[in-house]
Amino acid sequence: MIKYLPTHEYINVVDNDTALVGVSAYAARQLGNVVYVEAPEADEEFSAGEAFGAIESVKAASDLFAPLDMVIIEANDQVLDNSRLINEDALANWIVKVKILDPSQLDSLMDQDTYDAHCAAEH
Amino acid sequence: MNRTFYSSLIMDLSRAGRRGYALDDHGFENDNSIPGHLLRDSAPILPQVDEPTLVRHYTNLSTNNFGVDTGFYPLGSCTMKYNPKINEEIASDRRIAALHPCQPAETVQGALRAYDRLQHLLSEIGGMTRFTLNPYAGAHGELTGLMIIHAYHDDHGDLKRTRVIVPDSAHGTNPASAAVAGYSIVEVKSRHDGTIDPEDLKSKLDDTIAAVMMTNPNTVGMFEKNIPEIARMAHEAGALMYYDGANLNPMLGVARPGDMGFDVMHINLHKTFSTPHGGGGPGAGPVGVRAGLEKYLPCPRVDFNTVSGMYEVVTDDKNSMGHISSWLGNYTVELKALAYILSLGGQGLAQAGPLAILNANYIKDSLSDLYLLPIEGRCKHEFVFDGLKDKSTGVTTLHVAKRLLDHGFHAPTIYFPLLFHESLMIEPTETESPETLDRFIAVMREIALEAANDPDKVKDAPLYTPVRHPDDTEAAVNPRLNYRSL
Repeated sequence: MIKYLPTHEYINVVDNDTALVGVSAYAARQLGNVVYVEAPEADEEFSAGEAFGAIESVKAASDLFAPLDMVIIEANDQVLDNSRLINEDALANWIVKVKILDPSQLDSLMDQDTYDAHCAAEH
Repeated sequence: MNRTFYSSLIMDLSRAGRRGYALDDHGFENDNSIPGHLLRDSAPILPQVDEPTLVRHYTNLSTNNFGVDTGFYPLGSCTMKYNPKINEEIASDRRIAALHPCQPAETVQGALRAYDRLQHLLSEIGGMTRFTLNPYAGAHGELTGLMIIHAYHDDHGDLKRTRVIVPDSAHGTNPASAAVAGYSIVEVKSRHDGTIDPEDLKSKLDDTIAAVMMTNPNTVGMFEKNIPEIARMAHEAGALMYYDGANLNPMLGVARPGDMGFDVMHINLHKTFSTPHGGGGPGAGPVGVRAGLEKYLPCPRVDFNTVSGMYEVVTDDKNSMGHISSWLGNYTVELKALAYILSLGGQGLAQAGPLAILNANYIKDSLSDLYLLPIEGRCKHEFVFDGLKDKSTGVTTLHVAKRLLDHGFHAPTIYFPLLFHESLMIEPTETESPETLDRFIAVMREIALEAANDPDKVKDAPLYTPVRHPDDTEAAVNPRLNYRSL
């Protein structure tokens, strides 16, 4: 299951309480070539809506927001070392793997159709 | 026309023993007045070149550059107006250039008077009570202004105020300066036309807000019509209003931030007052305050002693926020701004804004059939296109900007403000002739047609510049900072 934030982060739930968090393909396209990604260390805890990292492209820099209450399991070192991977495949190249603290918060996030409509409305 | 990139270093041209002068040594060889332990053992490594080589080197280096003296420079938000040469003549006068900051005040009364005069003129122009000219740049002025605000709240025992409100359309320096001053940032969203929503602002104002930072006209070139209402709400909540003077130019001599309810402001002398932006500096970011805040201004400051009839440099004051610069700022930059104000006079200054607004609207209306105008209506000194109207060609704002270089224009500001995906921000200033504006419009139209008929050519631009396609991603990820590694 993949859900989205209005600020263009996705959360890809891989089992009951583990998920991969990154930025959407739409966001990667709008940002242009990503040059830098900042992510937290393992075991750091964030609440929904809190900034957990940052992403910087040749055009802009932006905070990354936690989709829900979460604990960092690990950051994706491959992406931190070569942030351009995000432009190649934003979904495969997640930024952090997290433990979900409250699965019920998933219900308030956007599903694919709602998110697509949200992106279309931005134009 | 293909130009080449001149890349020699002066040291590469050096040949042992080569000289560009022929002076005898006036007996210095046998001068024993300098103690032996202060003399160096070996000669310094200096370039040894003949005069023609030296002159050609620097002349060729200068051709790598593009400035307002080279051509049209419509860089939005930067007010790249022409820098009158009389300013340079005055600032480089021997009687100015030879001054030393440690000279006793009684020997530099004229220089201190010029500082005080500019301080008074900026206060009049900004509707403020007093200015410091000490900050070295706009962002330095922002930091100074926020530290004054900090000192004011501290002085009133109001220690809860730890946050500063900044609109999402603000220049990045605003939140950065507030953070450096120790504040956290609260963002207010812009409405569709880039102006602040007073209701959203109201919901964020409470007794933890130290200041509201605003730019007016804002960064999309629209005047904040609700400014008296916004100032009233901020003051009611106990916050101070900070005016970012980046866009003061269109209001020069017509409207004053002080009259709109702003308490603290900075001015970019290198924008509004025609001093050079030159090579990253030096600039100047004077800060003005309304009555009641003067005592927090930084030291040193210049006071006029009515008893002695002399100007004095006050280096310390217990109420002052402290020192933010050595001495009195970039003094020659201040003199250039003073020369500009005095040579234009009150009437001349009041014409700058309307002409800048006319030029911006002329370009906007001449191109809005081919470029997407996200905010309709009359703009102030600058405006934003959201890229080409026809998005089907794949030609982006970046490509248009690069193609402009082929035609001898500097690129506009691109991808700022972040309110739009393809921002192309144009500010012509008042100093451009109708012929220049028409030439720019013709080229912009030509690029739009080219994008439709031969998009690959535009995407491949620039075709004729000495440096063509730097890999900006690679440059950001793996910068090569050593000349030798290029």
